[in-house]
Amino acid sequence: MAEIRNYTLNFGPQHPAAHGVLRLVLEMDGEVIERADPHVGLLHRGTEKLAEHKPFNHSIPYMDRLDYVSMMCNEHGYVGTIEKLLGIEVPERAQYIRVLFDEITRILNHLMWLGAHALDVGAMTVFLYAFREREDLMDCYEAVSGARMHAAYYRVGGVYRDLPDQMPRYTKEHLRSEKDIKYRNQAREGSLLDFIEDFTERFPGYIDEYETLLTDNRIWKQRLVGIGVVTPERARQLGFTGPMIRGSGIAWDLRKKQPYAAYDKVDFDIPVGSNGDSYDRYLVRVEEMRQSNRIMKQCVEWLKNNPGPVMVGDPKVAPPPREKMKDDMEALIHHFKLFTEGYNVPEGEAYFAVEAPKGEFGCYIISDGANKPYRLKIRAPGFAHMAAMDEMTRGHMLADVVAVIGTMDVVFGEIDR
Amino acid sequence: MSLEERLDDLEEAFEDYLEEDFPDCKWSRALNEMTLVVPRGQLLPVMQLLRSNSNFGFEQCIDVCGVDYAAYGHSEWNAEDAPNTGFSRGAERELVTEFEAESRFAVVYHLLSLAHNVRLRVKVFLDADYPMVDSVTGIWNSANWFEREAFDLFGILFNGHPDLRRILTDYGFIGHPFRKDFPLVGQVEMRYDEDKGRVVYEPVSIEQRTLVPRVVRNDYRYEEGCDPVKEEEQEQADG
Repeated sequence: MAEIRNYTLNFGPQHPAAHGVLRLVLEMDGEVIERADPHVGLLHRGTEKLAEHKPFNHSIPYMDRLDYVSMMCNEHGYVGTIEKLLGIEVPERAQYIRVLFDEITRILNHLMWLGAHALDVGAMTVFLYAFREREDLMDCYEAVSGARMHAAYYRVGGVYRDLPDQMPRYTKEHLRSEKDIKYRNQAREGSLLDFIEDFTERFPGYIDEYETLLTDNRIWKQRLVGIGVVTPERARQLGFTGPMIRGSGIAWDLRKKQPYAAYDKVDFDIPVGSNGDSYDRYLVRVEEMRQSNRIMKQCVEWLKNNPGPVMVGDPKVAPPPREKMKDDMEALIHHFKLFTEGYNVPEGEAYFAVEAPKGEFGCYIISDGANKPYRLKIRAPGFAHMAAMDEMTRGHMLADVVAVIGTMDVVFGEIDR
Repeated sequence: MSLEERLDDLEEAFEDYLEEDFPDCKWSRALNEMTLVVPRGQLLPVMQLLRSNSNFGFEQCIDVCGVDYAAYGHSEWNAEDAPNTGFSRGAERELVTEFEAESRFAVVYHLLSLAHNVRLRVKVFLDADYPMVDSVTGIWNSANWFEREAFDLFGILFNGHPDLRRILTDYGFIGHPFRKDFPLVGQVEMRYDEDKGRVVYEPVSIEQRTLVPRVVRNDYRYEEGCDPVKEEEQEQADG
């Protein structure tokens, strides 16, 4: 019998299943993992240090680029912390808009995760399906902020502007037939809210489609059931949050337990797993998409019936309206001060966390009374999850590493910061 | 139970279990958040108590981070005298660090109790010359990478950490980049050298720019019922 030798295997940093730039040093016994040592930081940009050198508002776009598949949830965590320090009460309409877009973001993230996870494990089709729906949701991002991904839509004191009355439409072009354009514009006749409402009607059917492809699929189950099992006790020890802790059977969701924005006014359930394996986490995330859809429906209804301001009236943090600026001296001064110096945040420290799609995304800001944060610490959920890589893969086969990376839903923008 | 009530309970638990055994621990409450400042030597027993005593029940260590207080309150533009003297044209670009050697660094732990649904911030101050504190990885395994990060970025040492390596910076990186005396543009830049056929590191050639100066203003604008004009009149009246 041939002697089996131990290998050290370099996985990444350039590997299609590494979800970005992850270098994994694997110590293998044959094809079994003995130790996994993730080397992160290849995407470290020093976001926190950069933010210390910029006025508070200038760092909002950086937040989009942390976890670049759940952009607005990151913004929410950041502006929420500043609002806490300033003691600002955000208008109710802005809170509902934030909930609406947080949930759109959650679906965006989970679709990306579902597609990529399935692709890693060997199912191609889901990826294409998921991107079809992502396209619609990206259009919602674009309609409110002008950017499909890096929106910078949430501002301290509310959101940048109210939802548009008209959804952008496809126009005539030589690459598309008239029939195709008409079909694509079907749902875009009304406002953005009409478009989202139409999406929420269609979306449960789409989730059923993904589920027919995966949930009872024999190969899918063989690859996920019993892989990367985390007990509730270990999940707490390892600092897991979000779907990772819920997959292990702990019903912990900040939207319910420590409600922020308008989450205490909407109805939804928290899905919980029972075995703590990758398959349970898959089921949790799929159900979360259904619940997000439910929340979106309620938000759309509320927003249709309740017009109002979307930004606080305090000219010290929110720019005055353009028209007012033209003939009011005070407004002009406020505008000038706000865009040259920014606003000062009173001395103190605050931590505010949101339930981002991946888990608890929190910002800890220390302010010394200046117009820039003294220290910004970003608590990224993926960082704690990635740290558990060694424990979750130990004793599994090499091919399962890919499944575990997939089930952790890691994005290196937020882990490396 | 509302957040206020939960924090009241936590405060009561502090009075019951901390006040006698650890009289040097100070807690304070601001913005509906509880902060506990622990002397460096008592960190481990206090943390152990916070985790295992069911009145606290902090099962999760959500975050550990380092803080460098070396430039705290420093303003690149003097806004205090400006009404009398006028603003200078440019911002001060020098890296200014003034600190008390005893408490330059701090390690901040964010704990979460799932059972009581309450958060706690624990702070330990460390000195400038030898910032070292006991590692809490034995109490919460999640602290492992967070402590590595604080070591990497601030040079804070964690006594008893199983694997204190750099985590975010490059292999062979020199210095601790998040310290306030480390310039934003860094110390070295790298490029590909054709002759040598490899990447070389050189001292940075770019200059640090300040686009918007850092200004600390004490204009009390967010304090309720506070009127600086009246206060000044009062002060003058008092003499």
